[in-house]
Amino acid sequence: MSILDNAKSRAQGLAMAALTKAVALAPDKWIPGSTPDPLIRKQNGHVGKPLSRLDGPLKVAGQARFSAEVALPNMAYAAIVHADTPKGRIASLDTAAAEAVPGVVLVMTHRNAPRMNPMPVFMSAAKAAGPDALPILQDDRIHWSGQPVAVVVAETQEIADEAAGLIAATFKEEPAVTAFAAARAKGTQQGSFMAQPLRNEIGDAEKTLAAAHFRIDARYTTPRHNHNAIELHALTCEWQDDGVLRIHDTTQMVAQEAWTIGRVFGLSEDKVVVTSPFVGGGFGGKGLWQHQACAAAAAKLAKRPVRLMLSRESVYRIVGGRAPTDQRVALGATAEGKLTALIHTGLTAKSPASPMPEPFILPTRSAYAAETMLLDVKTVEIESLSNTFMRAPGEAVGTFALECAIDELAEVAGIDPIELRLRNEPEKDPVSGLPFSGRHLDAAYRMAAEKFGWDRRSPTPRAQREGEWWVGMGCATGTYPYYRMPGGAARITLTAEGAKIDIAAHEMGMGTATAATQVAADRLGLSPEAIAFNYGDSTLPGTVMAGGSQQTASIGASIVAAHRALVAELVKLAGNDSPIAGAKPDELSCRDAGLCRADDEAAYESYASILARANRPSVSAEASPPLPLEMMHWSMHSHAAMFAEVRVNAVTGEVRVSRFLGSFDCGRILNPKTAASQFRGGIIMGLGLALMEETQFDERKGRVMNASLAEYHLPVHLDVPDIEVIWTDIPDPHTPMGARGIGEIGITGTGAAVANAIYNAIGKRVRDLPITLDKLL
Amino acid sequence: MTPFTYARADAAEQALELAGGGARFLGGGTNLIDLMRERIEAPAALVDVSGIGRTIEETADGGLLIGAGVRNTDLAEHPLVRTRYPLVTRAIVAGASAQIRNMATVGGNLLQRTRCTYFYDVEGSRCNKRVPGEGCDAQGGFNRIHAILGASEACVATHPSDLCVALAALDATVHVEGPQGAREIAFGDFHLLPGDTPKRETALAPGELVTAIELPPLPVAAHSRYRKVRDRASYAFALISVAAALRVEDGRVAEVRLALGGVAHRPWRAHAAEAALVGAAANEASFLAAADAELSAAVPLRDNGFKIDLARRTIAAVLSDLSGVGA
Amino acid sequence: MALIVNGIEAPPPADPRVSLLDFLREHRGLTGTKVGCNQGACGACTVIVDGRRVLSCLTLAVQVDGLEVTTIEGLGTPGSLHPLQAAFVEHDGLQCGYCTPGQICSAVAMIEELRRGLPSNVTADLTAGTIAATREELRERMSGNLCRCGAHNGIIAAIEDAFGLENAA
Repeated sequence: MSILDNAKSRAQGLAMAALTKAVALAPDKWIPGSTPDPLIRKQNGHVGKPLSRLDGPLKVAGQARFSAEVALPNMAYAAIVHADTPKGRIASLDTAAAEAVPGVVLVMTHRNAPRMNPMPVFMSAAKAAGPDALPILQDDRIHWSGQPVAVVVAETQEIADEAAGLIAATFKEEPAVTAFAAARAKGTQQGSFMAQPLRNEIGDAEKTLAAAHFRIDARYTTPRHNHNAIELHALTCEWQDDGVLRIHDTTQMVAQEAWTIGRVFGLSEDKVVVTSPFVGGGFGGKGLWQHQACAAAAAKLAKRPVRLMLSRESVYRIVGGRAPTDQRVALGATAEGKLTALIHTGLTAKSPASPMPEPFILPTRSAYAAETMLLDVKTVEIESLSNTFMRAPGEAVGTFALECAIDELAEVAGIDPIELRLRNEPEKDPVSGLPFSGRHLDAAYRMAAEKFGWDRRSPTPRAQREGEWWVGMGCATGTYPYYRMPGGAARITLTAEGAKIDIAAHEMGMGTATAATQVAADRLGLSPEAIAFNYGDSTLPGTVMAGGSQQTASIGASIVAAHRALVAELVKLAGNDSPIAGAKPDELSCRDAGLCRADDEAAYESYASILARANRPSVSAEASPPLPLEMMHWSMHSHAAMFAEVRVNAVTGEVRVSRFLGSFDCGRILNPKTAASQFRGGIIMGLGLALMEETQFDERKGRVMNASLAEYHLPVHLDVPDIEVIWTDIPDPHTPMGARGIGEIGITGTGAAVANAIYNAIGKRVRDLPITLDKLL
Repeated sequence: MTPFTYARADAAEQALELAGGGARFLGGGTNLIDLMRERIEAPAALVDVSGIGRTIEETADGGLLIGAGVRNTDLAEHPLVRTRYPLVTRAIVAGASAQIRNMATVGGNLLQRTRCTYFYDVEGSRCNKRVPGEGCDAQGGFNRIHAILGASEACVATHPSDLCVALAALDATVHVEGPQGAREIAFGDFHLLPGDTPKRETALAPGELVTAIELPPLPVAAHSRYRKVRDRASYAFALISVAAALRVEDGRVAEVRLALGGVAHRPWRAHAAEAALVGAAANEASFLAAADAELSAAVPLRDNGFKIDLARRTIAAVLSDLSGVGA
Repeated sequence: MALIVNGIEAPPPADPRVSLLDFLREHRGLTGTKVGCNQGACGACTVIVDGRRVLSCLTLAVQVDGLEVTTIEGLGTPGSLHPLQAAFVEHDGLQCGYCTPGQICSAVAMIEELRRGLPSNVTADLTAGTIAATREELRERMSGNLCRCGAHNGIIAAIEDAFGLENAA
C-alpha cells in the first residue's frame, strides 16, 4: 500500500467511525427498519410456504444454460498458460510452436495483449470488484505461482489445450516469501476490514485472565481452503459491433463486474454488459479474477467471440481461496462460569496485493458478555495468489477456535457447555454497546438440545462405544451478521396480467428467484405465477452482490422502495373516481391483484381496472432503498446452535458424523424448503472444514499442490448423514420481511461442534484443522 | 492433448499388429486419458484393447482366468469371485466410484500410475518419474500419501490400486503377449520398486500387452478381507489398505496371505509378516508382532509417519476379525 | 459407424481427442452434461452408456462408437420430467443445479445396479441375492457424484421417493 492509500484508508476509517457513532445515537425513527415491515404481520399467504425452486425443472432437465453453454457464431476457444514461479520475471516465452499448430488463432502474451488497466480493488469504490490491482498480461513480472502468462485462442478446445502445452516459458526467479514462518519473521501488520481495524480492547484482558478462577489458553490453526464450486469458472464473451463488450459469465456480481471490466478496458460501464442467469455454485469464489479480463482481451485481439472455461487446475491457480489462520483464544472465568476475560488474537496470511485479511475475530465481537476483551487480527504477507472471501469469511474459522475454547472451559469448570454459553449471553452488543435487533440463541439451544437428546451425552469422554467405534456428542454456537449493502435498486413493471421485477441480482443455488417471487407476490397481492423475477444482468437496476448473505435483504428493501413508488404512481393513475383516491402509499395495502385502504379493505380497486381506466398497458416504477443505516443502529446477527454426534474408530482414527442438528435463529424464514437446503449446505461445507478440507500450499514453492477434486477432499454422499434443521422463525423487527441472511451461517460453529464431539468420543482435543485420522491415532 | 491416432482392436494379435511396438494400449481410459490431458503422457497412437478379453473362465485346476478387458464391476460381481475370492470383490468396490469401476478394465488397473501430486504437477514440480534425474519434490513436500516401504532417494510414490493389493495377496499370474510372444509374469514380479529408475513401473517389455490375470485355486481365499483406510468415507485413495486371507487350526495360524496398499511403489506383499504368522498362536499379540516384523523396515517421511502405526493397527484388526478374535 | 445419442445417430468426431463430454456439449449441443473437473473426480459428467453409468470426461467419443448413450436430455424435459427429475425438484435435491444432471443419470443407473444385486463397499454379505436399499447403500453408491452446495439429503430423499424405497436408515 502506498502512503496515499494509507492516508485515504485512515480517513475513510475515521469518517466511518464518526458516522457509526452518529447513527448509533440517532433516534430509531430516522433509521431504516424502525417500523417493522408490514409483511411481517400482514401477508397474502406466499411468504413462508415451501415453494419448490422455480428453476428446478430447467435444472433437472439439463436445460438451464450456464455461461460456458452460450454458443456464439464464429466462436473460438481459449486456454491459459500459468507461471510456475512465485516471483520474478519472464526470462523467455517461446510461442512459436504453439502458433504453428493448425487451428491456433493467436497466442496472447504481455507482448501483444491490448492495454488493460489494473482492476480497481474490491471496496475501493462502490462497484470495484478486483481481488487485487496486479497488472494483467502487461509486463514480464511474475507475482504468484499460477499467474497467467499466455492465452491461446484456437478453433477448438482440443487445439487450444494442445497449443498451451507447447508454450515454453522460463523465469528468472527472485527471492520470495512463501512460508508462514518467514513471513512472520518479516513482521506483522494490523489487519483491517471494511476500513476499520480488526482490533478491540475492553479493559485489561491479559491481567484479568491471569487472575481468573478458571483459565483456558490455547492455539488453534486452520489451513487454506478453496471454494470448489462444481461449475468451473467460465465465460463466453464478444465485442459487439455496437462497441459493447458482452460477457456471459458465472458471477456473484454482474454490476460490479461490468463496471470493473469497463475500467480495465477504459470503457464506460454501459459499454460492458454482463449476463449471468445461472451460477453453478459460488461461495465467494465467483467474483472477478484475471481470467475474465484475459478472455475479453483475447476476444478483442482475435476480433471474434471467445469462450474460456478454466481447467480445474487453473481454478486453483487463478481463483484465490480462504487464507490460513493461527489463532489464540484465552478465556478467564469465575467459579460460576461467568467470563471475565475473552482474548481472541492471532495471525492470518494474505497476499501482498490482497485487501482482505481473514477476519476471524468478527464472530467474537458479539458472542459473549465478558468483563474484559482483547480481540486482534494481525497479518503477514505471503507471496501467493490473492486470498479472498469464502463462505463466512472470519466466522467459519473464528467460531472453530472460539467455540472449541468454550467447550474446553466448560470441561475445566465442570459446567454443561450449553449452560456455560447461556450464562454468558450478553444483553447488548459487548463491543459496540448497541441493542440487538433480535437475539434468541437461548431458544435455539433449548429447542435443539431437546430434539438432539443432549441429556444422553456423558460429560466424560470415552463413555460410549459401539464395536470399534467411540461415540460422542458436541455442540457449538454459529453466528453470522445481518448485512445489507448500499446500492440496491429495483424496477417493478405492472400490467393487467401481473408484474415483472427487474433487479441485477444472482441465482447460484440459494433460491433467490423463488424467495423473491414469494416476497413480491405478497407485497403486490399477486399470485407467484403472476410474478416474473428478472435478474442476472448488469443492465438491470441495482448493484446487488450475492455475498455477505445480504442478497435477500437487499432485494427485499429494493422491492419495498420500488413498490412504494409504484403505489404512488397507481394512485395518480387511479384519479379521483377510485375507492383509493387521494390515499398515501402508507395508507394502502395490496390484495387480490389490486390496492385497498389498509383500514378499509373493501375500498379496493384492481390493478387491471386502474390501468384500463387510465388507458395504460402498464405502469413502471424504479427506486432505491435508503442507505443501510440499520446496521449501525442495532447489533444485527443471526445465531445457530449446532449439534454433532460423531463416531471415531478406535483402530484407525477414522471419523464419521452420524447425526447433525442445526437450530437457527435467523429471523423470519421466507421459504422453508430452500432455506433448509441453504442451512444444510453450509453445515456440509462445515463438515468438510472440520474433517478433510485443506488446500496444500507448498511453502517451498508458493504453490498449490492438490489442484484437483481427487486430492482436495470435499465430503461425498457417504460423509453426509441425515441433517436436521430447525429454526425459531422469530421475525427481526428491523429488517425487510423480518428476515436475516441464511446462506453462510451453516458453516459457522459446525467445525467446533464436530471437534467437540470428537473430544467427547475419545478425549482427544485437536486444535488444528482438518481433523484427519492421523491426528487421532 | 497431443494429437494421436486411434484404432480399435478385437483380438490381442491384432492389437499388437496395430500397435507396431509404438502405440499405447487403451483400456477403460480412466487413468490414461487423465494422464494425457494432464500432459504427463503423450502417446502418438492409441490402440483400444478394451473389447479384448471380456470373459472370466474357470481354469482346469479350479482357478480363474480373467480377461484383461473385464470391467472392474464385472469382476467384482462375478459369483465365483464373490464366493471364492471375496477380497477381490471387496478391493474393487472399495476403489474409485461406481462410474469408474464400470469403465476401468482389469488390465488397465495393473498399469495405474501414482497419485503423487508432484508427479501430477508437470509445470511446477520436479519428478524423477516424469523426467529421470530431475529430482523429487515430494521429498520434503506434502508426502502424507507416500511410501513408507521400499522407497528410494529418487522416488517415494505409492501405487494407487486397490485390486492389485488383493491380487498380490493371491499370488496371481499376469498373462502378457508381445512382439516376442506370450509369457507369464508372477504378480509379485510385475510391479517394480522405484530404485534409480522410477519411470519404469512394471516388468512389461516395450510393446507388451496384458491379456489376462490368472487366480490360482486357493481355498484360504474364501475366508478373506480387504480393509481400506482413507481420508473420507468413500471415493478416495487409500492411506493404507490391508488384504488378508487366513486359516486357523487349533488356535494357530495354519495359512495366511497378507498384502498392503498405500505403503509402497508397488502393492506390498507382506512376506515377513506371513513368515512370522505361520504356526503362531492366532491372537492379537501374534498379529501385532507380525505387523512389526513387516514394518520394522518402514521409513517415514515428513508427513506419513502415522502410516506405520496405522498399518500395524489395521493389520492386527483385519487378522483378528478373520480369526474371530476380539472385536 | 455412429454413436446413438438419446436414440439419434451421431457420427463420431474426426479428432479422436474429443471426449464424449465435449462431443455431447460442443458437437451435439447437449449441454445438460456438465464439466466439473475433467479429471474423473466429481461425477458431474456422468452419462449412461449401454445401460451403465460412466464418466464422459474420461471417455473418448470414438471409444463408444456404436454404443447407446443416454444423457439427461434423454431422460425427460422440463414439461415432461422423468420421475426422478420430478422428485429432485420436490425434495430440493439441488441448489445451483450444476452437479444435478450427473447425479440424476448416476442414480438412474445406480438403481439398476442395486436391483441386480451388485454389491457395494458397505454391503455386509457379498453372497446375498438381494441388497436392501438402505440410506447407507444409497450414499455409498452415489459417492462418485460430488455436490458442493450440499443437497445430499434431498438427493437421497428424491431417489427413495422416485424408486419407492423404504426410508431404512
